[in-house]
Amino acid sequence: MTTTPLRPPHTTDHLDLLESHAIFILREVVAECERPVLLFSGGKDSAVLLHLAVKAFTPQQLPFPVMHIDTGQNFPEVLAFRDATVVAIDARLVVAKVQDTIDQGKVVDPGLLGSRNRLQTVTLLDAINENNFDAAFGGARRDEDKARAKERILSFRDTFGQWDPRQQRPELWQLYQGKVNPGEHVRAFPLSDWTELDIWQYIEREQMALPTIYFAHERDVVQRDGMWLAVGPFVEPREDEPVERLSVRFRTVGDANCTGAVLSGADTLEAIIDEITLANVSERGATRADDKFSETAMEDRKREGYF
Amino acid sequence: MLVVAKDLLRLATIGSVDDGKSTLIGRLLVDTRQLFDDQLDAVAAASEKRGVGDLDLSFVTDGLRAEREQGITIDVAYRYATTPTRKFIIADCPGHVQYTGNMATGASTADLALVVLDVASGLKEQTRRHLCIAALLGVRSIIVAVNKMDAVDWSQTAFQRVVDEIQTLSRQLGFQKVHIIPVSALLGDNVVESSSNLPWYEGPSVLQALEASEAGAWEHTNTQGARLPIQWVLRQPGGGRTYAGMVCGDTLHVGDRVTLLPANIETTITGLNFGGAAIDEATVGLAADVALAAETNAGRGDMIVTSPLPQVANEIHTTICWFGERPLHVGQRLRMKHTTKVTPVRVKTINGVIDIEKLDVDESTSLSTNEIGLATLNTADLMVVDDYRSNRVTGSFVLIDEATNATVAAGMVGRASFL
Repeated sequence: MTTTPLRPPHTTDHLDLLESHAIFILREVVAECERPVLLFSGGKDSAVLLHLAVKAFTPQQLPFPVMHIDTGQNFPEVLAFRDATVVAIDARLVVAKVQDTIDQGKVVDPGLLGSRNRLQTVTLLDAINENNFDAAFGGARRDEDKARAKERILSFRDTFGQWDPRQQRPELWQLYQGKVNPGEHVRAFPLSDWTELDIWQYIEREQMALPTIYFAHERDVVQRDGMWLAVGPFVEPREDEPVERLSVRFRTVGDANCTGAVLSGADTLEAIIDEITLANVSERGATRADDKFSETAMEDRKREGYF
Repeated sequence: MLVVAKDLLRLATIGSVDDGKSTLIGRLLVDTRQLFDDQLDAVAAASEKRGVGDLDLSFVTDGLRAEREQGITIDVAYRYATTPTRKFIIADCPGHVQYTGNMATGASTADLALVVLDVASGLKEQTRRHLCIAALLGVRSIIVAVNKMDAVDWSQTAFQRVVDEIQTLSRQLGFQKVHIIPVSALLGDNVVESSSNLPWYEGPSVLQALEASEAGAWEHTNTQGARLPIQWVLRQPGGGRTYAGMVCGDTLHVGDRVTLLPANIETTITGLNFGGAAIDEATVGLAADVALAAETNAGRGDMIVTSPLPQVANEIHTTICWFGERPLHVGQRLRMKHTTKVTPVRVKTINGVIDIEKLDVDESTSLSTNEIGLATLNTADLMVVDDYRSNRVTGSFVLIDEATNATVAAGMVGRASFL
């Protein structure tokens, strides 16, 4: 192409625009809703979201608590990061445990090695109800999955916590409206328009801290269903699975028993950005067993009230 | 790695159902290698499962189960593409008339509309409706992909017939930049690479036209006045306050003389911050916070502005796209969200409905689902508004059903320029 694109006056680069848009959404939801909460897993996306929330309201305290839906199958490095981050910004942390939901008999325990991924939805919806939250911020991005690509930035949930993709509210301009009746809530996704690469470039620009497992390190892994799983309390090597010690890192952070590692030597933010720029497999495709159940696994879980 | 600053271009696909919008976006993403291998594999598997060939490109964006079953787009899908100098946000909008509200959702933030139509059928009523809505929403630049050229043997005559139709309508609607490109989304001709099947066409491909388009047009305004609708008041250590919001219209600087509306207090900006750090100026699109010299009780819903000043009124002449299931009628009570202010409104008069074929106004006292009309609204509070044609942020609003909280209308202050 020969023509040089015109640069309009008064604009900054794409990261500045994404950042300001996210801050704008955070402030709108806090202003319009009674009891918001920010869902914080300790993963990179929710870390960026929390960083933006702090920026949106500084120098005031964060005007809402952060909540972790704890499956009990976490990477210890991620829990350590979660706790350190919450202390550093002096936020109130609510932890809702899937184990409690199991103990109450609301869902069936899949066993130590089974996936608790889908059970989280029940724990999440219970916690939203018990705390009377009417808005929950999430770090989901539209580039992650084809069902997410369809979701509004402010996404309405009925009294059962369900998402109805055929009945979404029109969302015009930047007029986000989060008003709900009692028992209903909205999910708000300020990072909707960010891609994985945007997230990493922003983390580098802001020099943010992250859980160490995002960076390349030596670890015992086994290959299962085409993924490298970290050997540990939630992944026991089977007889036909030789344990290998390899340089790996995690591209996403979910439950330890369904999040795959990628073989990588990228141990700095710069190296990670280079690696992602050249990647030919998507972040969830590379690393998430929970999305491989069916063609519409994410849509089905979201309809039930998943993140 | 050197990070090069990129700009951000937002585009929306518009046009009638089955003319190939989703297929074109699928083709664009595949041929520019924006898709990962596993995403492409999933599209291939879904295509095979539904017996629609090796690779149904519409499945790249039609991700919902119902969409794949019915072969239509129900709601907007957002996709992202990146080149060394630009990030693209692509809203692939539904074509079906039933989902006009979803189409408007996608087009309301677009810098540019990518119009897709079938060369054999030309400008359908639904395409005219979408173009009309895009023009109303302030889109000034369109790229028209005249699709399915393969099905008419790459005929220049067939293409030219459609070109004439589009040019006539584009002039009426006031689009400032119009590219009309013969393509085959199915085969890829003129989507990314120029096509050897169309030797008589010498213009750019769709991608080339997109790369040459102006980014950030959405934020562009015709007035020079800066506006900051206050979202939130931040209490500063030591007792002061700053007013947080997103800047639109023009840049704000420390030292600017400003007016706080609707209270009509003139004062000066004594400080600007972003994320806790002091800055000298706040450009359009920045979520900044502002300190003022005057002691005020300003709060959410008030606006800090520079001249030329907006209007302050409680009776507003508007253009409305109505999405409610039952007709809008005179006397109806609704809630309005305009910038950061929410207020009750009542419909004072309905001043006609737009005939999208003739592009003029017919008499009507109500608006049915998906009709566009003119209405005068009375607001409970004093509103601070600009004409939509001069500012897309302070000239736009939505109407909300008070019982269900559903968004039932997109509204614009003033009257469309093509009427």
